Amino acid sequence: MQFLPMRLLPIDIAGLAVLFWLALGLLGLLASARPAFINRMLFPLSAAGSLVLAATGIAAMDDAATVMILPLGLPDLPFHLRLDALSGFFLFLLGAAGVGVSLYSAGYFRDTAGPTLGLLCLEYHVFIASMAVVMLADDAYLFMVAWETMALSSYFLVTTEHDQPQIRHAGFLYLLIAHVGAVAILLAFGVLQGGHGDYSFAALRAAHLTPGWASAAFVLALVGFGAKAGILPVHVWLPEAHPAAPSPVSALMSGVMLKTAIYGFVRVVFDLVHQLQWQWGVVVLIVATLTTLFGVLFALMQHDLKRLLAYHSVENIGIILIGLGLALIYAGSNHPVLAALAMIAGLYHTLNHAVFKGLLFLGAGSILHATGERDLGEMGGLARSMPYTAFFFLVGALSISALPPLNGFVSEWLTFQAALLSPALANGILRSLIPFAAAALALAGALTGMCFVKVYGVAFLGAPRSAHGLHAHDAGFWEKLGMGWLAALCVALGLAPVWLVERLEYVTERMVGARLGAQALKGGWLWLAPVAAERASYSPVIFLLVIAAVVTLTFLAVRRIYHGRLRLADPWDCGFPLLDARMQDTPAGFSQPIRHIFAPVYEMERHLPAATDPDPYFSLEIRDRFWRWLYRPVAAAAEFSARQVGRLQQGRIAVYLLYSFVTLLFVLLFVR
Amino acid sequence: MTSGIVSQLFQSALAVLAAPLLIGWVNMCRAWLQNRSAPSLLQPYRALHKLFHKDAAISRNTSWIFRFNPYVQFGCMWLAAGIVPVLATDLPLAPAADVVALVGVFAVARVFAALAAMDTGTAFGGLGARREMFIGALAEPAMLIVFFNLSLIAQSTSLNTIVETLAHGNFLIRPSFAFAGVAFYMVALAENARVPVDNPTTHLELTMIHEAMILEYSARHLALIEWAVAVKLVAYSALGIALFVPWGIAEAGNTAALPLALLALAGKLFVGGAVLATLETVLAKLRLFRAPEFVATAFLLAMLGVLLNLVLQR
Repeated sequence: MQFLPMRLLPIDIAGLAVLFWLALGLLGLLASARPAFINRMLFPLSAAGSLVLAATGIAAMDDAATVMILPLGLPDLPFHLRLDALSGFFLFLLGAAGVGVSLYSAGYFRDTAGPTLGLLCLEYHVFIASMAVVMLADDAYLFMVAWETMALSSYFLVTTEHDQPQIRHAGFLYLLIAHVGAVAILLAFGVLQGGHGDYSFAALRAAHLTPGWASAAFVLALVGFGAKAGILPVHVWLPEAHPAAPSPVSALMSGVMLKTAIYGFVRVVFDLVHQLQWQWGVVVLIVATLTTLFGVLFALMQHDLKRLLAYHSVENIGIILIGLGLALIYAGSNHPVLAALAMIAGLYHTLNHAVFKGLLFLGAGSILHATGERDLGEMGGLARSMPYTAFFFLVGALSISALPPLNGFVSEWLTFQAALLSPALANGILRSLIPFAAAALALAGALTGMCFVKVYGVAFLGAPRSAHGLHAHDAGFWEKLGMGWLAALCVALGLAPVWLVERLEYVTERMVGARLGAQALKGGWLWLAPVAAERASYSPVIFLLVIAAVVTLTFLAVRRIYHGRLRLADPWDCGFPLLDARMQDTPAGFSQPIRHIFAPVYEMERHLPAATDPDPYFSLEIRDRFWRWLYRPVAAAAEFSARQVGRLQQGRIAVYLLYSFVTLLFVLLFVR
Repeated sequence: MTSGIVSQLFQSALAVLAAPLLIGWVNMCRAWLQNRSAPSLLQPYRALHKLFHKDAAISRNTSWIFRFNPYVQFGCMWLAAGIVPVLATDLPLAPAADVVALVGVFAVARVFAALAAMDTGTAFGGLGARREMFIGALAEPAMLIVFFNLSLIAQSTSLNTIVETLAHGNFLIRPSFAFAGVAFYMVALAENARVPVDNPTTHLELTMIHEAMILEYSARHLALIEWAVAVKLVAYSALGIALFVPWGIAEAGNTAALPLALLALAGKLFVGGAVLATLETVLAKLRLFRAPEFVATAFLLAMLGVLLNLVLQR
């Protein structure tokens, strides 16, 4: 009997990485008394595990799927694991983002007390391990077990600082919506198994559903995974839970956990249901477009940095789903090649968002650590006291603003290309609907640019608005390493898109049955031409080289022909002598024009001082309308019905006996 | 290929070197229309030369972004002016960036300009950055939709292909084309900080948009930014000419046609500059909160163009 297989399959390595993480977590709990060991040893090791997982994932994408059956689980349903191109891609995402976050964590938690840190280390590793298992699961039972483990471990991570009531409140909201979603996913699997009672994914894939039941499964999957991803209107937990969690956890939740929902959606809809109908795509596209615009418009109004980033996660989930919605429309109308392009755009953005949003949350964490502030209005001038953080944050901000030649631009460009192929569709209404999504995406991209000019300009540039900014310290070695890794990925994914697109073709081959067209990617790694070179091409490397060459040439020419003399002076400000830091633009002031033009979107409560006020003050509160439209009524209805049912509870034995008697009569009536 | 490289180098050099001339011509026309005696056509060159000679003074508050920005502005605009196929349609650099990436180039420049303005830590800097970003946030999608319109006609987002298709296609009267043209002109006015959205010659700080952002710049930094503004005007004019009135452009491999193409281009810019000066004279600057309506109108026109295109296609 052979104990070790001769050659480790990718799935064996992935499984070992999961076990390794779990072991690190347990070790962390045992080593609670030695926080330095946890910080300096366990988190860097965890990063190494992530790196292995990322390499395994990307290597597994062009191989055939590998499977594994574990002797665990239910008596007649052992745990099935399977690593195919789709799982491989998402494992790569988890690993790539995980490397950065784990390295960062090694430095970030240096001031955390031992017992808290030990517990946190366990929860952290259970969290990432469960996400890996979600991506590997090949039966509904293991999927749900891992899914719930992920939800619970992240709940405990969110409530790390549970002594604060608003953090407990945020955690509760998160747990509630996560479970509403989980119920919908469970029901989706129930619909999919179609009465056979076999819950392995292979059986679900083979089951033949009527179009009606298939649509039911689609709707349940959209609601269930949408609740985790944060689509409208179940987005409300994101802006509460992300700021509550410690920053590396926010980075993981926003960067990776939301992507497990994207994974689940693709797996269930494209793979398991697979009788795709274009009407589903229309639903997804409309929801995604609204989510995108809503996310960015609310992000612009935030002044808490982490809340702002959370609303941008809502926006980016919308962008991803625009790609996937287009893929559904094209696939449902028998255009598999176009569907492949749209899906690649969506998945590319999934990875991009994981990388740059992870980076931005880590940057926010460093600011929080250095200044104790999350409020942008108290920051300013941090670029001088924290130059490294400022630089990495700038890379993230430019990436999320979809500026070439960084990564956010590539996926938005691909999404535009997919949307511009809409004339291929026979249905006139569909043809005209898609440009609206493209227009919304263009608007969202431009507004994101504005939002991150605000964030970066207010937080890092100008003069410090409070004393914190003057004495801020830059991030430590491990934190810089973590952010540097993610920033490098932003650049790499922006410069070498063909490398990833070629791999993503293996996913689309399996999911929509096609690769990109025969004329695509003919120009080699330098030219991204997703349809044909004459149709559209983009070369980030040449783009960057030309800009760099032109900038250098200009710089040298100016120095050579003229001079480089420079002197420092006080700001001029048109001759105004009494300038101080409070006269700079505020976060609320910067986005005021947007609030003005898009006023109907917001529910505002303003207090404007009158000229005669002895004690004038200005206050502005902007609320999410969905609380009034959806959540408060639902909560009120739940409380009302609970009160009605509560009337049964009288506390008098005679009444309870009466209930028993009436029930008995009722039963007898039926039995007869 | 060789002819392509020749055209590329020639066009890139020409766009940068002749850009102040276009500004000079617009200023000259405007002076005539306003019954003033006009400054020399070469006045912008003299102004740039003077600025380059001065010592730069920068605020103590600023970081590297402030000093880096003028070079980014100049580099981005140079790249933009270099990839628009206005003289010939076989520019080797053009495939590196299609119309969407071209909009991206302008967005990079805008973001850096706004960041540099906020870097000064002054009240006017932030004011300018805010206004520039919010006008830009509305103008950029409008510009993209205009390009989508044209790429639906040409079935391509590559600049070379679009221009070739539009120049070659036996010219049909397309309603969507008219919508796109008007929308493009409106967006171009907004993006180049011209009347009626902004006034490049204003001296009132409170009404400034673009000028408010560069108040703190001096000497060579200011010169580069002013020059970049000129190149940007050339790039947008070239774009408008290439997309909407492409006749006379040199086709692939035809170096002999270059002089003719150059003559045609000069003629078009001559007329275009005069039209711009006339518009700036007869129009008044809009109130700031009317400017979004102006840009939103452009957005809607472009969107209507796209829908017309899709509806009338079959």
